[in-house]
Amino acid sequence: MNSLLEVRNLRVEFPTRRGTLVALDDVSFAIEPGEVLGVVGESGAGKSMTGAAIIGLLEPPGRIAGGQILLEGRRIDNLPYEEMRRIRGRHIGAIFQDPLTTLNPLYTIGRQLVETITTHLPLNPAQARERAIEWLELVGIPAARDRIDAYPHQFSGGMRQRVVIALALCAEPKLIVADEPTTALDVSIQAQVIALLKRLAREKGTAMMLVTHDMGVIAETADRVAVMYAGRVAEIGPVREVVKHAKHPYSSGLMASIPPLDRRVDKLAAIDGSMPRLSAIPQGCAYNPRCPQVMERCRQQRPDLLPAGETRAACWLYAHD
Amino acid sequence: MTETPMLETRDLARFFDVSRPPLQRLLAREGKRTLRAVDGVSFSIPKGTTLSLVGESGCGKSTVARLVVGLYSASRGDVRFDGQDLHAARRDPAQRSRMQMIFQDPYASLNPRWRVLDIIAEPIRAFGLVKGDAAQRERVAELLTQVGLSPLDGVKFPHEFSGGQRQRISIARALSSNPEFLVCDEPTSALDVSVQAQILNLMKELQSRLGLTFLFISHNLAVVRQVSDRVGVMYLGRIVEMAPAETLFTSPRHPYTRALMEAIPDLEMSGRQRMPVGGEVPSPIDPPSGCAFHPRCPLANDRCRAERPELKAHALTETACHAVEEGRG
Repeated sequence: MNSLLEVRNLRVEFPTRRGTLVALDDVSFAIEPGEVLGVVGESGAGKSMTGAAIIGLLEPPGRIAGGQILLEGRRIDNLPYEEMRRIRGRHIGAIFQDPLTTLNPLYTIGRQLVETITTHLPLNPAQARERAIEWLELVGIPAARDRIDAYPHQFSGGMRQRVVIALALCAEPKLIVADEPTTALDVSIQAQVIALLKRLAREKGTAMMLVTHDMGVIAETADRVAVMYAGRVAEIGPVREVVKHAKHPYSSGLMASIPPLDRRVDKLAAIDGSMPRLSAIPQGCAYNPRCPQVMERCRQQRPDLLPAGETRAACWLYAHD
Repeated sequence: MTETPMLETRDLARFFDVSRPPLQRLLAREGKRTLRAVDGVSFSIPKGTTLSLVGESGCGKSTVARLVVGLYSASRGDVRFDGQDLHAARRDPAQRSRMQMIFQDPYASLNPRWRVLDIIAEPIRAFGLVKGDAAQRERVAELLTQVGLSPLDGVKFPHEFSGGQRQRISIARALSSNPEFLVCDEPTSALDVSVQAQILNLMKELQSRLGLTFLFISHNLAVVRQVSDRVGVMYLGRIVEMAPAETLFTSPRHPYTRALMEAIPDLEMSGRQRMPVGGEVPSPIDPPSGCAFHPRCPLANDRCRAERPELKAHALTETACHAVEEGRG
């Protein structure tokens, strides 16, 4: 039985004049049908890069330099552009942070939806238009039948993101890659959009890779979570375990540094320093200069993901040898 | 309680003219359009304390920040800085050096062509606070140490620093004129969460060490809870609720405040079903009649649609809400 999506030892490189930067290194995880995998990390951790590699939209000169990406057991990381374009949309939908960059400002939202539907599903334009109206109703656009011929700029930010969700889901893909889908939205709108994404994913049985820096969003939405640091997966496991009993010192530090809403603390638990640049990733474990539990081994050898309770953590604390 | 507050605003308002050009307006037969970004905001900040203003985008919180440091002039109302009129205070360099501002984006607020030393020394030179190059360098080194950087960092350029370090540089620059009052407009919104914690800790430490007064602008309620003595919640240019931080977070009264808190995803994973508030923030060009929140409010009735509620005190909390006043909340 294959996973819906399997990423194996993915490595992404950026050749530059001053040498090759390794943006992702040895990233492996799987997403099962209908599952929501949260991917968290701070800026530069490689979480968006992972999403971009999966949908085949890495910004040049970035390129996949190793590993495999399999969708239902079939490799998709080495497909020609045209073939990948058909998979994108039909099998993998994408939602980005800024709805204005996803929507074409020159076309009505109806035209964009109909084009997506007729490209991927065996429907004629009239049927596709009806389907588009159904989708707009489903994502909560009021008076969908009247608004289908409106342009993106005629919608507010929250409404635009709903249109983007309709666009990503209308060809009924099995997997959605959502990159910071609510980051540009105000908190009251964010709650509406998350509730919508969750409901649709459940009703349609769509699996989702939810990339965000907001741990609260992950805690409420994801089944499992992968914590990324400096281009690698630091910890992966069931969301409750990672949030409540994180095993990797970075994940527990990250959780502790989130200011709580329900009480005031005198001093927040900050992590000293900041994430290394890609050009200066430390030897051994990339987190070792900031880690309060650093050992000699961490400065020399890079740990792989090791079983740690119910999660797996890339940390020598869990080596039993 | 006779001490003069550090800052006091009364009925502060700022309107922006967003009309189309006159000819187009004539052709379309439409009048002038005014955006009421801030419309009647009053508060005072006692010395050595932090007042936070929270709200969603477009509520006017950043406009208030710019009004109180004089980057915008008020359309109505006034601002008093340590008992004197802001405009008079702004004309006097000695008074002006007592207030500083920290901005959201540490990438845009530092000149990329200047060395850190010069960035931090600029206010010192502008106000003529320390004479002589050697003495200035010494003062900059002291400031860099104070914000957790190395005195050797002075010769570097901003691009050599991470976002959190840049925000430390912004803070060092703000502190260089020995201010008593700092306006912080979303100082940690552009930072990662582990770095945000460092900066918040630094700000709290500096406040207790130097006795600073803060006006803190943020959209993040959890951050506000960590730093504030008092909190004002803004909606569409007005304060809808104002209370001591602990009171506001333990017993929020205004339906909008309660909706905001309800909307924040938390890490408790209690599996509670959240009830997100419906609708969106209306346009400040054409705000709803009566209470601006009524189209989204579960407690709205005819009075809310017709009559605008004023801020009224109940115990420690001031609320602008008919429902709370009538005991319907």
